[in-house]
Amino acid sequence: MEQFSLLAPEILLFTGGLVIFLIDVFARDRTDSGRGYATLALFTLSAAFVASLFQTYAFFELEVAQKPVAVLNMLEIDLFAALLKAPIILVMILITMAGSTYMNKRTERRGEFWSFFVWVTLAMSVALSASNLIMLYVAIEFLSITSYLLAGFLRDNQRSAEAGLKYFLYGAVASAAMLYGMTFVYGATGTLDLKEIAAHIAANDPSVLAPALLPATMFVMVGLGFKATLAPFFQWAPDTYDGAPTPVTIYLSTASKAIGLAVTARVFVVSMNALLVDWVPIMAGLSILTMTMGNLMALRQQDVKRMLAYSSVAHAGYLLIGITAVAAGTESFMDGINGLLIYLIAYMFTNVGAFLVVMVLEERAGRTDIGAFEGLYRRAPALAVMLTVFLLSLAGIPATAGFWGKFFVFGAAVQRQYFWLAGAGVVNAGIAAWYYVNVVRVMYFGERETDAEPVSVPIGMGAVLVVCTLVVFWIGLYPDPLIEWATTASEQLLSVGS
Amino acid sequence: MANASQMALFATLFMPLVAGIWVLVFSRTDRAIRWSSILFSLVPLVLSAWLMLTYDRDAGELYGEISAPWIPMLNSNFRIAVDGLSLPLIFLTTLLSTLSLYYSARTIRTRVREYFVMFHLLELSMLGVFMALDYVLFYLFWEVSLVPMYLLIGIWGGQNRSYASIKFFIYTLVGSVAMLLAILLTYLATGTFDILMAAEAQPFMQLDDHNRLLLGSLAFWGFFLGFAFKVPSFPFHTWLPDAHTEAPTAGSVILAGVLLKLGAYGFLRIVLPTFPEASQHWAWAVIAVGAVAIVYGAFVCVAQSDLKRLIAYSSVSHMGYVMLGIGAASLVLTPDGLDAVAGKFSDAVTSGQIYDSAVMALNGATLQMFNHGIITGALFLLVGIIYERAHTRDLSKFGGLSAKTPYFYGIMLVTAFASLGLPGLAGFWAEFFTFRGAFAIVPIWAAFGTIGIVMTAVYILWRIIQNVFLGEYDGTKLDHWTDVDGRPADGPTDMVFFEKLTLWPLVIGMFVIGIYPTWLLSFFNTASVRLITFIIGPS
Repeated sequence: MEQFSLLAPEILLFTGGLVIFLIDVFARDRTDSGRGYATLALFTLSAAFVASLFQTYAFFELEVAQKPVAVLNMLEIDLFAALLKAPIILVMILITMAGSTYMNKRTERRGEFWSFFVWVTLAMSVALSASNLIMLYVAIEFLSITSYLLAGFLRDNQRSAEAGLKYFLYGAVASAAMLYGMTFVYGATGTLDLKEIAAHIAANDPSVLAPALLPATMFVMVGLGFKATLAPFFQWAPDTYDGAPTPVTIYLSTASKAIGLAVTARVFVVSMNALLVDWVPIMAGLSILTMTMGNLMALRQQDVKRMLAYSSVAHAGYLLIGITAVAAGTESFMDGINGLLIYLIAYMFTNVGAFLVVMVLEERAGRTDIGAFEGLYRRAPALAVMLTVFLLSLAGIPATAGFWGKFFVFGAAVQRQYFWLAGAGVVNAGIAAWYYVNVVRVMYFGERETDAEPVSVPIGMGAVLVVCTLVVFWIGLYPDPLIEWATTASEQLLSVGS
Repeated sequence: MANASQMALFATLFMPLVAGIWVLVFSRTDRAIRWSSILFSLVPLVLSAWLMLTYDRDAGELYGEISAPWIPMLNSNFRIAVDGLSLPLIFLTTLLSTLSLYYSARTIRTRVREYFVMFHLLELSMLGVFMALDYVLFYLFWEVSLVPMYLLIGIWGGQNRSYASIKFFIYTLVGSVAMLLAILLTYLATGTFDILMAAEAQPFMQLDDHNRLLLGSLAFWGFFLGFAFKVPSFPFHTWLPDAHTEAPTAGSVILAGVLLKLGAYGFLRIVLPTFPEASQHWAWAVIAVGAVAIVYGAFVCVAQSDLKRLIAYSSVSHMGYVMLGIGAASLVLTPDGLDAVAGKFSDAVTSGQIYDSAVMALNGATLQMFNHGIITGALFLLVGIIYERAHTRDLSKFGGLSAKTPYFYGIMLVTAFASLGLPGLAGFWAEFFTFRGAFAIVPIWAAFGTIGIVMTAVYILWRIIQNVFLGEYDGTKLDHWTDVDGRPADGPTDMVFFEKLTLWPLVIGMFVIGIYPTWLLSFFNTASVRLITFIIGPS
């Protein structure tokens, strides 16, 4: 029973989503404003957030779980999962608060939307803890299917339908490849449990297992890389991000991507440790490819939403530096996983904020190209200043959260003496700064005076933006607790792995 | 209980922040914004002057040190203090900030509130860099200084401001990210983010010869890139002419007067003491970029047709002296290096004399940092003054202004002569010490550098003094003069009171340092001696 109390967030999410779904099924009146569904979703997510916050607090401050707790041999509730779960649910809450008006205005099937939205959170929450490849597959697949539905939710809108379909076509292939890879793993080791796989590898000669496990891991990587938008599996992302309803875009580019990377990290750290040595050049190559391609494509975009989409691909590349560093060994302070955690949390709140500003503009001006931002500072100073903060954080300027992410992943590369990898990061940081600062330039230095109406920000969105700004500065100026938690969590995960 | 110097230092650092918040939130009218900005900026000016006066220059210890835990997980502290190297530069920062704010109060007419907020933020970050003794804190202030400067150029700049500002941002950002890697490397080798403790620990020294030099060199080049972009050394200087030319007058003053010094300061505070071996190994690169910058910058100046661009390039040339001095000193940073240099000459030259020359080269470099701050600051103000009236900076449009604007001519003459190093004015001593020190260590490079001194005379006397001021005034060259507030005028009008008041402190400074450099030099000397002693022991 005690084990199930650890699943409180997941149980709450499941029940809440079901309640919304059932109300929708049995409700006769389909013309209501939909506010009720969004409120229910918000309520469910908040309850799950409180539960996961308790978990985080108990784990880190009361030091309840010195050892990870396995539930049903399928899930592992550990510090790594606990540290990411609360921020991810919080991100979903922020998106709900900011995006409910947007979604309710565009669709009449609100009950469906909000129940899927809650369930997507459930899928992510489960995926974070999955310690068995079957559970992992189910969670990722659940996450994917709900995401396809959400991305293509506005069926009458061609671009949204295209976004959903594109996501689905890519996703189906990727998930098939992942499943295929898992069968290889099972064939080679006779188990699907991550820890038992590791034990099996350790007990046997790696060179015998490698011919089966290397391609297997590659295939698993395709599935996870698809979620995390790693090169070369990111082509779906810009079109999907661009066409999907913006609240969905926000969660795809933040929470969902975080899941992709977190799961990748867990699979590699826990189970493939014995084979990891071979992975450094591949991981580093993927990392450099991802960040460079993402940045170069972002550089050419005229549409800010698309630009942010490509830039989020580039961020996945920086994050991979953390996993590469783990692949090279774990005995050090900047072990790569704590960098990954810090980066992910910093990145999520920053990107939610940046996309929200885009969403405000989309609502008010009806467009998201760079021209819509011209002279934004005159029309909405607070909005422009906050977007500046988010962009600087994405560029990794100190005093903002994004700096600490870069600090730790670059630090991990330097500690391994992968100076070429860190150097590639430097070059990319320069490229990325150009297009981020370009938006700032347009907002403040607008060449022609636009006498457009001042942009008013709805109170819900305003509140969410302020929260994101505060989080960005809080992590930026006082990162100590986050660093401590991330380091504890990564140490625990790595001790399991070795 | 904090003592007076600690409180003064703390207040100096954070008063600009208070001023920025005050201006942002509480000042209602433009007038209130301007006056409260100026008044607030007087506080750090007075406090930094007081810190200078009470500093014990013989002991040369850290002064006003404050240390508080900031990020215990990283062993990073909020640690600030000043010494003989940073105190004069802090005074320079507060002085130029106050003068710039005073000058801007009259000349900035659009988006006044934002302008002054940005300026206070800029002052905060510059002071922070000079005070920080923790790498993370240092890097924080270092990077934060980019943003307000970027906006100052981009919003209140000239025609081509958009391009210039983004170029400034990207160039310096790339340099500083490279520096971040070097900071991480240093941290991982020493386990501390404390700048002084890292220097004490001498990173990589426990490694074997090959790795020690390899890692030391990597750290050196990481820092080198970060600082060289800022100085800026040839060939990293290309952002500078654009940024300086397009920035508003006060922005150029701060950019040339203080921001460029951050880079040179970084070499002295971090690179030399922490990586003496790598610095010695790569000293020739620093010397070469310094000497080439002196000569190249001076030649490019002669070819300019835009007055402000000319002054901007003169900064490249003049900061070359600083790099030459630092490079020459780094060449003798290890005992082996010292003996090798001494051995090149006849027996008449002892290593003790070379040691003294290194101190002298450093004194010249640091003095040049200060002098360049006040001289180029004044030059940019003077360019601003004439631009407000003529609305052009094209040298071919000017001529014979000495008769029309004698006061302006007089101030310009003093400043220009200070810039070319006329004895009796500030610039002379810095050049003298730099070359005196460098000649003993790298005679050929120093001799090469003197070509720059000659060319400086050419562009100052010919391009500025003769082109702009001498000869007959020809009213047909430029027929739309205004007065300082933009009202049409018949011809060039002379400086008005607020402009005189802005420039006089700088002109007085040039005379005082020119006639009696000892007092200022004693600050730098104590820092230079300590630096050299720290690395290679007493002479």
